Amino acid sequence: MLRFISGRLIAMVLTLWAVSFVAFAIIQLPPGDYLTTYVATLSANGDRVDPAAIEALRRQYGFGEPYLVQYWKWITGIVTRGDFGQSFEWKAPVTTLIWGRLGNSILLEGLAVIVMWLVALPIGIYAAVRKYSLGDYLATIGGFIGLAIPNFFFALILMYLTFVWFGETLGGMFSPEYETARWSFARLWDFLSHAWAPILVLSTAGTAELIRILRANLLDELKKPYVTTARAKGLSEFRTILKYPVRVALNPLVSTIGWLLPALVSSSVIVSVVLNLPTAGPLLLRSLTSQDMFLAGAIIMLLGVLTVIGTLVSDLLLAWIDPRIRYGSK
Amino acid sequence: MAVETMTHNPADAVAVPAGRARPESQIGLMWRRFRRHRLALVSLWVVIAFYLVALLAEFLAPTDPSAYSARYTYAPPQGIQLFSTSEDGSWRFFPHVNGYATEIDQKAMRRTFVIDPTVEIPVQFFVPSDPYLLAGVIPMSVKFIGVTEARAPFYILGADRLGRDLLSRLIHGTRISLSIGLAGVTLSLFFGIIIGGFAGYYGGWFDSAVMRVVEFIRSMPTIPLWLGLAAALPKDWSALQTYFAITVILSLIGWTELARVVRGRFLSLRTEDFVTAAQLDGASDWRIITRHMVPSFMSHIIAAATLAIPGMILAETALSFLGLGLQAPIVSWGTLLQDAQNIRTLATAPWLLTPGICVVVIILSMNFFGDGLRDAADPHGR
Repeated sequence: MLRFISGRLIAMVLTLWAVSFVAFAIIQLPPGDYLTTYVATLSANGDRVDPAAIEALRRQYGFGEPYLVQYWKWITGIVTRGDFGQSFEWKAPVTTLIWGRLGNSILLEGLAVIVMWLVALPIGIYAAVRKYSLGDYLATIGGFIGLAIPNFFFALILMYLTFVWFGETLGGMFSPEYETARWSFARLWDFLSHAWAPILVLSTAGTAELIRILRANLLDELKKPYVTTARAKGLSEFRTILKYPVRVALNPLVSTIGWLLPALVSSSVIVSVVLNLPTAGPLLLRSLTSQDMFLAGAIIMLLGVLTVIGTLVSDLLLAWIDPRIRYGSK
Repeated sequence: MAVETMTHNPADAVAVPAGRARPESQIGLMWRRFRRHRLALVSLWVVIAFYLVALLAEFLAPTDPSAYSARYTYAPPQGIQLFSTSEDGSWRFFPHVNGYATEIDQKAMRRTFVIDPTVEIPVQFFVPSDPYLLAGVIPMSVKFIGVTEARAPFYILGADRLGRDLLSRLIHGTRISLSIGLAGVTLSLFFGIIIGGFAGYYGGWFDSAVMRVVEFIRSMPTIPLWLGLAAALPKDWSALQTYFAITVILSLIGWTELARVVRGRFLSLRTEDFVTAAQLDGASDWRIITRHMVPSFMSHIIAAATLAIPGMILAETALSFLGLGLQAPIVSWGTLLQDAQNIRTLATAPWLLTPGICVVVIILSMNFFGDGLRDAADPHGR
């Protein structure tokens, strides 16, 4: 197990390094350097530009030097000081802007994953056990639609329907009075009354996929002789199914988190923009349109890191529940 | 013909009814299996219909997609009435649309349109129009459907903020959205076959390196990456340049899935007897790949490519919706949905959501069609 974990950890560090490289490449993509843009906007606004301060910034980020030197300055700042650079639009260090929003992203995505599993498990088991029943067909049709509907379109429809039916406007994560309040039951309730919509939108496609996989896995398992044996020995139907076949069918399902997560992070960006949620998504979009590249790079990097860590967790979880992977040749 | 017999699987031969002298072609066999898939067959027709609309956009669209009219801001859908009833209760066949009457909403202080059933504007097929070029080549001066009265409103699906006809814009958007899906997949397929093919055929360090890269790209959230790349496009690029740039950006990530499929196929075929036989016969690598291996898995690749198109369409729609994909003068489903972004607009003009329905329909049918194709291409399937 230790060997497995250390192997995965090394792979993760390499992946993280690749992520940082991609994020840096995206920072470098727009033509010109941001300091020039920054100075131009400052002068345009009539602000006084302090040449010494600009020169200091230029030295700090290594502008004008080779890309590798710039990358080195950027990445050492992050690793050693947790310094992601300066947001030129907000005139503040990137770190002060992103942590709260990133926390919201993680909260929403985590809740979406939990909901996905809670919904997909019973439906998937039902669809496999009662194959070709009305419920099975409904689950299949619902699954296809859930996969085909773009999540931002789903969010738009939800927004429209709640407005027409209840006269309410969806959006945000809290009502204004709870925005900065401390956690209490009232605040939790307020959060849930806002968060149901994004969680529903985010979890739909994943739920559909999970149901499909679980149903297929379980159908394979249910055909096996040991299930017949268990039944012949007089085990109740409930235990016959839940005790072994479902447990076996769950294993491949755990490994799906690895590729569910990137999709989830992706869709949370766009859904947050539609539903106006204070997560990393809208900030990323804004920073990209205003070419606030350190902020954008930091968000892209952290979203990537988040995904990589999530994948690692799912790998370890899989190794924990499935000895074949733990001791396998891989 | 040599390829034909090479790739003919024993399982295929079983499907040919006894008593037939002439063996069926591979395409014929696939078609036979595909036809049994009802849903896939229906989906095929839907897909064909969509692509026909895309091809004949100028002919089918009643008006120019950028023709605006300040008089009809957010005019609701008219719907086509087939029959006209007169006061004495008798009716006759008379396709028409109703005109609009305006009412002032006192509370909201806004002008709202209501359909006025007393005004009947006749609708005709093949109405003469200003000359235009169909698909940019064939000069024509007739539209599929339209009204003959000059300046009469004709908004079957309603109008947008500038009083532009949503139906016409939707039809032109279909052309852009569907073609970007096709172009993106073609480009991905090109990279996927070359890179995946090399990796699968030669194996070794190149294979492991390619697979690491593929795994890495697939483990990244795509939307932030796409956004980052799309944001770097210069703002002063022409519509055509942006269009191609977006296609390239989409296929930068899209090639990975196809490369994986191609590599898997190469790996499994490399050890097949007919490949070994060809190698022992002294055939060159190039010949083995192009004459023996590619034909035997081409159908799988086509199925995989079909299943990749919906992802491309979704990605383009999402990017354009966020404002970083295709830009305003280009009409695509994504740019159309951008108009429906806030709740105020949605409440006044819910018909602006129709492009989304098109997206759902085309993605569902592409998926069903691709699934059917994949099943039909599988020689071991029943």
